[in-house]
Amino acid sequence: MTNGTRVHAEHFESLEQQAHAAHLGMWLFLASEALLFSGLFALYTLARLEHPAGFHVGLQHAEKTIGSINTLILLTSSYSVASAVLALRAGKRSATLTLLAVTIALGLGFMGLKFFEYARHFAEGIRPGGQGSFFAEFPVPGVAPFWTLYYVMTGLHVLHVAAGLSVLGWMSWKVARRTILPPYDHPLALAAMLWHLVDIVWIFLWPLFYLTERV
Amino acid sequence: MTWIRWLLFLPPGASTFADGIDLLHFAVISVTMVGATGVAFVALWYLMRYRRRAPLAPTALLQASLLGEVTIIGSILGLFVIFWVIGFVQYVDIESPPADAIEVQVTAKQWMWKFSYADERRSINVLTVPVGRPVRLTMTSRDVIHSFFVPAFRIKQDVVPGRYVTAWFQATSPGSYDIYCAEYCGISHSRMLATVNVLAAADYEQWLSTRNDTSLLAAEDFERAGGTGELDRSDLAEQGRAVAARRECLACHTIDGQPHVGPTWRGLFDATVPLEGNLTVIADEAYLTRSMMDPMADVHRGFRPVMPTYQGILTAPEAAAIVEYIKTLRAGGIEPSVQLPTDAGAGARD
Amino acid sequence: MATTADLAQPLPEPRRAARGRSYLSDEVTIVSWLTTTDHKRIGVMFFVATTLAFALGGFFAMLLRLEHLTPGPTLVDAMTYNRMFTLHGVIMVFLFLVPSIPTAFGNFVLPMMIGAKDVAFPRLNLASFYVYLTGATLVLYSMFANGLDTGWTFYTPYSAQSPSAVVPAVTGVFIVGMSSILTGLNFIVTVHTLRSRGLGWLKLPLFVWAIYATSIIQVLATPVLGMSLALVGLDHALDLGIFDPARGGDPVLFQHLFWFYSHPAVYIMILPSMGVISELVCTYSRKNPKSYKAIAYSSLGIAAVGFLTWGHHLFVAGISVFDAGAFGILSMLVGIFSAIKVFTWIGTMRRGSIVLSTPMVYVCTFLFLFVFGGMTGIAFATTSLDVHWHDTYFVVAHFHFIMVGGALAGWLGALHYWWPKITGRLYSERWGLLASALVFAGFVTTFFPQFLLGNAGMPRRYFEYPAKFQVLHVMSTLGATILAAGLLITLIYLLASLFSKERAGNNPWRSAGFEWRTSSPPPKHNFTALLDVSRGAYDYTELPAEEEAADP
Repeated sequence: MTNGTRVHAEHFESLEQQAHAAHLGMWLFLASEALLFSGLFALYTLARLEHPAGFHVGLQHAEKTIGSINTLILLTSSYSVASAVLALRAGKRSATLTLLAVTIALGLGFMGLKFFEYARHFAEGIRPGGQGSFFAEFPVPGVAPFWTLYYVMTGLHVLHVAAGLSVLGWMSWKVARRTILPPYDHPLALAAMLWHLVDIVWIFLWPLFYLTERV
Repeated sequence: MTWIRWLLFLPPGASTFADGIDLLHFAVISVTMVGATGVAFVALWYLMRYRRRAPLAPTALLQASLLGEVTIIGSILGLFVIFWVIGFVQYVDIESPPADAIEVQVTAKQWMWKFSYADERRSINVLTVPVGRPVRLTMTSRDVIHSFFVPAFRIKQDVVPGRYVTAWFQATSPGSYDIYCAEYCGISHSRMLATVNVLAAADYEQWLSTRNDTSLLAAEDFERAGGTGELDRSDLAEQGRAVAARRECLACHTIDGQPHVGPTWRGLFDATVPLEGNLTVIADEAYLTRSMMDPMADVHRGFRPVMPTYQGILTAPEAAAIVEYIKTLRAGGIEPSVQLPTDAGAGARD
Repeated sequence: MATTADLAQPLPEPRRAARGRSYLSDEVTIVSWLTTTDHKRIGVMFFVATTLAFALGGFFAMLLRLEHLTPGPTLVDAMTYNRMFTLHGVIMVFLFLVPSIPTAFGNFVLPMMIGAKDVAFPRLNLASFYVYLTGATLVLYSMFANGLDTGWTFYTPYSAQSPSAVVPAVTGVFIVGMSSILTGLNFIVTVHTLRSRGLGWLKLPLFVWAIYATSIIQVLATPVLGMSLALVGLDHALDLGIFDPARGGDPVLFQHLFWFYSHPAVYIMILPSMGVISELVCTYSRKNPKSYKAIAYSSLGIAAVGFLTWGHHLFVAGISVFDAGAFGILSMLVGIFSAIKVFTWIGTMRRGSIVLSTPMVYVCTFLFLFVFGGMTGIAFATTSLDVHWHDTYFVVAHFHFIMVGGALAGWLGALHYWWPKITGRLYSERWGLLASALVFAGFVTTFFPQFLLGNAGMPRRYFEYPAKFQVLHVMSTLGATILAAGLLITLIYLLASLFSKERAGNNPWRSAGFEWRTSSPPPKHNFTALLDVSRGAYDYTELPAEEEAADP
């Protein structure tokens, strides 16, 4: 069905129409994902307005180095996946596969660092739900919500990273088997859009949970 | 008014809110009934008038006039806005307790209502108020969300844990009126019933001066009283003792009567606590809970403000358990075996 | 208006069971059904699943009503009752009312209504069916595990503490929500990209507009519900304390998050029914809509303004007076769009050629009950009145008037209207009229007394109640029995019609709608020739033929 030699799915009139429909569908899906996170961002905003001191304490103990490396990783991976799309459109199959592999490797690196970071927090006594020795040490209102939201929001994000990596892996497989190739190349563009969403969400999480100590 | 209430199955109107609300209710519902019936009537009329006469008859293409549509819809919107204005004004009144109201503290917990009056009287599931004077209820919950609902007064207010909410009313005729819990709160939600006794002025004066009212409870009985499914009080106090030890409260608070870094817990519950200036406060459940969560408010005079907050550290059940434990230290308690310094310096706990 | 039929095949004799290749007879194995990407078959499968959910929710409803025959315990104990009212709500809202019309009828007719061969993403369509089944299975599992007693609204902190099977239940609802998002996404893209040539937006059937507006809400609002319920589940499982005041949380914030979805959700539940009513009024009055744009745009208006009214569920929850005022006036505004529709439908009947067949009875049912129920919504937005009515049976009556009197009436109307289109059969009109009368009478007897119960002060979600409320409760239970009888009779005569040898013909109602310009049941790819949209879907200046297309 997604064989590059077949022109388009039978209920569409043309490949252009099918690609257009697929793009629209992906934008709608991204909109729903944005709204999925929006409730959490609202919770963060309200909790921070209510308890600025506790959030300050939380931010003081954020792993800023790891967070910044992760940001760099994701930004680079967005660049590599975008380059992969361009490479595919130019017909450069092996370059596409290499760039996709780089993206996936970077994504796995992100996940590895994230779990390493969680382990460090646990060792420090920071567990979800305000549980752990850290909270006895810093009994300031707002510290518990900060860390709980941290785990929930970055946890939800890392789930999306994993999902995004699976989709990219699946696309790599299809590119390798030549079932995705020009002119039938929009599935890779859509997968890249998913990855960009994952990156954009992180760009918002990074300042909220790492950078804004002095705000 | 009486016939309106009879027609609409409304309970008697026993507060100053009731007449205005019931009149508005009647107006809105009448419009509703007239509107719905009117629409149905026109539909049925058209059904008959334009019934299919010839099986194959075509029909003309008709369009509505924009002016007609806008007029009808505009008038309806205008009517709705009028409803809203009146309702909103009434709502603001409901949410605005007057300054000279009689104060009653209400604590909702699974599955009972506890009332504390200004003169330290307490009762469970019976609220006694005078007729013709405003009463303000300051309410909180000890566990989940409940809702204080008195149909006869036309008032309702959700009671939320972790914060205080207010409601007020002024009763207009003596009698007994139902209080219901109106927010699902667990297995015995439908049994969380109480009563408001509205007393005529003379009867109220008598109630204030005597202690014959069986609805009033001695402090111990008040605390011991259970509802369906309440935890055994002694268990809770024992848990509180364990929590206090674990959280090192006892590093600063003694239980043998000696002041230490903080006030002793022996005899603390219900005592009059002196504050800065000439203010005092009763060390009731609200005060004790507040002291744990916001210790800088209402510091006991003579003690340094060094207590850390336990917000985010103690869960609600733990705080409640500590309060229960403190209550058991009212009478008796252990004799001091060691003399402690009264000021162990800043940040003594560690 | 002849379509180019395959004339090599001799036309079968009229009124005999079809032997041509319809979507039903094209491949008949179970596997072919379970792996289909045909929107019509997926619609039928969704119909069966959602109707089974409706039956289960209805079963709980009967038990609730029977329990209320006496003030004290009648059939069950308190915990069982609390679980039953919760599951009744969860199943009815999430497993029936939200999906039913879009996934069953929307799937079946929407592509045909725009002249398309299928939806934009047929495989995603099939996936959304299995996602629905997965979520529904989890909800059922929670029913057997430890039940659920939080109410379908899952208010915190109780939902984080409840000893019932909260985690599987919220996970199940989350997953069903994903199915809802995928369905909505599919329909939006379908309407944008697969319209037949020459079919502009302002020529679309009004049912399409209704489904389109519904889909927008589904895509945007459902994720917020998903997140709210996920937080409840995490809170319950891991003691996160997000809404725990002792840990800096605010229980009322959950209510804001929950109702931000669940208020638009009620428009997800009613808009498709309104779309059906538009189709039925025009077909059975043989008339064009009085103002097409009014109905089309008011659907969008409901979708948009519906997102701004959620605070009216929190008037007594502890919000500020300013918020209460704002949400009140916005709630008044959203009612106006429904009023526009009602007046337009009535106006459509004028100078029409009307016949009172069973779907038209459901239109009248809808008009009366929806207007009544909707006006009580306006009454609630009159903020001071809400203080007395909130969390009483007045609320229960209000939303049942809309959900049963409105949404269910639309669903029943759709079922009867499109029955010949889907099955190629006609039901017994006599039994249809009887059953619809029973449904109306049973409904009013069940739920009108509940308005009075609410006025009298009877709170909702009460297992036991003070004896003074008993008479009204008994009346309500009697009505429920009649309503159940009406629905059961409907089920029976519809099923019986499947065994009839008589064919319905391609267009028994002589509707001008696009979906009727092909055979009933339709062939696998819907149309055997290009749809001619020059004659509009509501043009009755010339009566459509009874046999629009030759049999395939």
